[in-house]
This record gives sequence, C-alpha cells and structure tokens, in this order.
Amino acid sequence: MTILTANQLAVGYDGKIVCDHINFQVEEGDYVCIIGENGAGKSTLLKTLLGLNQPMEGSIVFAENLQKKEIGYLPQQTIVQRDFPASVEEIVLSGFQGKMGLRPFYNHKERKKAKENMETMQIADLAKKCYRELSGGQQQRVLLARALCATERLLLLDEPVTGLDPRTMVELYQLIQKLNDAGITIIMISHDISMSMQYAKHVLYLGHHSFFGTKEEYEKSEIGKKFSQLQEMEEKE
Amino acid sequence: MMEKLAFYLQHPFVQYALIVGVLIALCSSLLGVTLVLKRFSFIGDGLSHVAFGAMSVAAVLGLTDNTVLVLPVTIICAILLLCRGQNTQMKGDAAIAMLSVTALAFGYLCSNIFSTSANLSGDVCTTLFGSISILTLRKEEVWMCMVLSVVVVLFFILFYHKIFDVTFDENFARAVGTKVDAFHFVLSIIIAVIIVLAMKLVGSLLVSALIIFPALSSMRLFQSFKGVTICSAVISVICAFSGILISILAGTPVGATVVGVDVLVFGVCWCLGRLHGGE
Ligand SMILES: Nc1ncnc2c1ncn2[C@@H]1O[C@H](COP(=O)(O)OP(=O)(O)OP(=O)(O)O)[C@@H](O)[C@H]1O
Ligand SMILES: [Mg+2]
Repeated sequence: MTILTANQLAVGYDGKIVCDHINFQVEEGDYVCIIGENGAGKSTLLKTLLGLNQPMEGSIVFAENLQKKEIGYLPQQTIVQRDFPASVEEIVLSGFQGKMGLRPFYNHKERKKAKENMETMQIADLAKKCYRELSGGQQQRVLLARALCATERLLLLDEPVTGLDPRTMVELYQLIQKLNDAGITIIMISHDISMSMQYAKHVLYLGHHSFFGTKEEYEKSEIGKKFSQLQEMEEKE
Repeated sequence: MMEKLAFYLQHPFVQYALIVGVLIALCSSLLGVTLVLKRFSFIGDGLSHVAFGAMSVAAVLGLTDNTVLVLPVTIICAILLLCRGQNTQMKGDAAIAMLSVTALAFGYLCSNIFSTSANLSGDVCTTLFGSISILTLRKEEVWMCMVLSVVVVLFFILFYHKIFDVTFDENFARAVGTKVDAFHFVLSIIIAVIIVLAMKLVGSLLVSALIIFPALSSMRLFQSFKGVTICSAVISVICAFSGILISILAGTPVGATVVGVDVLVFGVCWCLGRLHGGE
C-alpha cells in the first residue's frame, strides 16, 4: 500500500523555492534514505511532509488512513532555551502527546513503553536529569527516544546519527532496521552514505536533478556515481 | 500583634482581599511558567498598556462600562501575540514592546486630544497600581475571581502535559498532530481575562510581578517542568498571603508589599540555587 506520494513537489520558505520537481512514492514498510548536499532542502522537505511548511507547488498525498498520531519525528535541530526546566523523562513521555487526544494523563502502558525506549537509547539512568545539562549526544538520544514513543507506522528522522558515538550509531541503525522489520515505514535523512546504502530500500537524492529509485538503481545512475565519487574523495582527504 | 491580626481578619474586606490576592497569585504563577519560558515575561505589562489604551478610547466614546471594550481588545491583542507561533521573524519580546508602546501612546494621545478627564496622571497611576484598591472589593468580584480561578486551575491540570509539549517544542507538537493553534488561542483568552481582571483589582505592576517572580524563583531550585510548576504555585501563594498580611499590619501599600516579598523570596532561591549548584 502506498503511504505517501509527492507529485511535482516544490519546497521552500517565504515564497522562495529551495528545491523543486520532487517526485517520489513511499510504500508501507519502505525504508527511504534522503541524501544530498548541505542546503539542498532535505530538512525542508521533511518539514513539508509533516505539515510544518506549506508546499510551494505540487502536492503530497497521504494514505487516507494515515493519522498524524502514528507519525514519529526527529528534528535536525531543536531550539531549546538554555534555561528550560525539563527532565529527560518528561521529554520522552511527551512523544505520546499525539495519541493522548483529550486524555489528561499518561497511562501505565505508555510509561512502560517510554521506559523501554529510554533503555534502548541507554538513557534510563538519566531519566530524572535535566535536559539542558546533558551532552549533545545524550540530548540526541533523548529526542530519539521521544520519536520512538511517537511512532507507530511512519518514522521521519533528520540526521539521527549526528553526535552519536560509533557504538550507539551502529546500535541505532540496527534498531531502526528492527522497527522497519516490524512494519514501520522509515524516511531518513543521512550524510552517512555507506551506512544508509547498507540498510535503505529506496534512495531519494535532492539536488538540481532529483533522483528517486531503488538502491540498486541509484548505484547505477549517473547522479549516484558522481555523488559517491565526491564522497569518497572527501573521505580520502 | 496576633490580636491585631485576629481583629483585622474578622472583617470581610480583609478576608476578601486575602482570597482574591491569593487566587490571582495562584493563577498568574501557573500561567507565569509558560509565559516566562516562551519569552513572554512582559505580557502582563504589555497587555495592561493595551487595556489602558482601550480604557482611554472607552472614556472618549463615553462608555459607562468600559469592560465591554477593554476585554475584547485585550483578548485580541493577546491572541495576536501568542498565536504567531515559534517560527516567526519577530521575537515575542519585541512584539510585546511594540504593541505596548503603541497602545500607551495611542491611549495617551486620545485622552489628551479629547480630554474628558482632568486628572490624566492620576488615571495612568491607577492602571499601574490598581484602581479599586484590593481592600474595597465587593462580594461579586470575589465570586467572579473564585470561578475564574477554578477554571484556570482545572485547565492547567487537564492540559498540563499539552502545556509542557507545546512550550518545550512547538514544531514536534505540531508534527505529531497536537492542535497547537487552538491551544494558543485558548491560552491567550485565559491570559487576557486574568490580566484585565487582575489589573482592575491589584494593578498592572503587581500582575507582572506575580507572573515573573514565582516562575523565576522556582527555576533556580527545580530542574523539571513539574517541579517548577508546583513550586512556583506554592511560592506565589505563600508570598501573596504573607505580603497582604504584612501590608495590613504595617499599613504599607498592598501591591508593592507583595512584590517586595516576591523579590525577597527570589533572592533566597537564587542563593539556594547557587549553593546547590556549587556542590
Ligand atoms: N527557517 C528558514 N527560513 C528561510 N530559509 C531557510 C530556513 N531554513 C532553511 N532555509 C534555507 O533553505 C535551504 C535548505 O535548507 P535545509 O535545512 O532544508 O537544508 P538541508 O538539505 O537539510 O541541509 P543540511 O544537510 O545542512 O541539513 C537553505 O539554503 C537555507 O538557507
Ligand atoms: Mg538538514
């Protein structure tokens, strides 16, 4: 079943188009990697998919039965004020907010799930700590745990591995793979091409000529060859 | 001294003042946590200037009950301020400053050109320090205040988690389907109503202090949103209560005394926070 379709989509801010002619289709259970250079409009595309930005042109069609409360989201940057008092536990639990509707309190099941997600991200011992006093990588894990709480069918991740140590990074990729195996659709932005190629089923390249296709198609395409050459050169330097 | 206090406490006007003072303190401290964190500390000041502008216009138009104009105008301004969302260019403090200066200037201009009241500086002074002194409250006002406080406290308990989510990360809340705009809308109305009411009763100086100080004090001591919210409510109630009692015993102005107690508690909390943080 198709979960979302973008048709001649153009994204941008305040009337200025950042990237246009974006066409792709995401099936239920898919694992899509979005790649492209800095400023190509990857985060903007994700925000547009989530309804935080309006599409400039074209359309996004969601599956009719997909509800907002089934979507999990990890933003690239969260601007949190330096003096905001919030414990890790409070933030992770807030992932369930979409599912609560008008129910005022979290139930037992949600608390248990939040605890599990904190354990997966290895932040269970930080539960009572203040978010602003954590390191960058620890903060990233907190937001990931929150995204895991929110997701049921679709998970959108904007550079999830930034700031994570190698071990957590590998574990995170495996975790995402496990979620994908369990039927959750993944759309992930990543600069880590080799890793994402290992896991992804489809690739969306954003740039002057956007590309969408399976991983194999991407590797054979002109854009894919050029882009991976560039990456290799950078890595050698 | 205890006798004197007991004597005063028998009088209904003292009881009314205590009830209303404490309730307004409770409501504004609850709202204060969100407002301070959203960088809207000065909304109390800004909106009371707006209300002042509206009052001047109402006076010029010759309205007998100026609430019919003041309340809607204040509510609209509160909505304009709060519903702009996180992603706008202009930050909250700048927007408030702009609105409040405009309203103040406009109100002053209006009452100057169409001068109906001779005592202009007196009018400005009453908006700052409360027109009807808190010691001359009527029974209906006390009831209104009680009903409103119950509504605010209920709103807070029922929507506590939503308030946290929307304050902490508006974009995430929007992304997972929380109705952020509707929420801001309701919040603005509540804030405007409280400020207009409190301004009439205790003056805008006290409203601002009641919004800012308890939240800032408890943020020195607690690290979680829950802790800060509960602590600021407790601090605010204690400060208002003791401030009013002191002002009665010492014969000092009520609003200024309560603010004084709040400042004192903030100082204590700041020191405690420092000591704790230094360990
Ligand atoms: N809030 C904003 N208002 C206006 N323009 C913006 C805003 N955020 C980003 N842009 C512009 O949109 C373009 C695309 O930004 P975007 O964040 O989508 O890039 P990206 O592909 O995610 O890059 P990166 O790899 O660095 O994360 C950039 O040129 C940027 O200047
Ligand atoms: Mg980005």
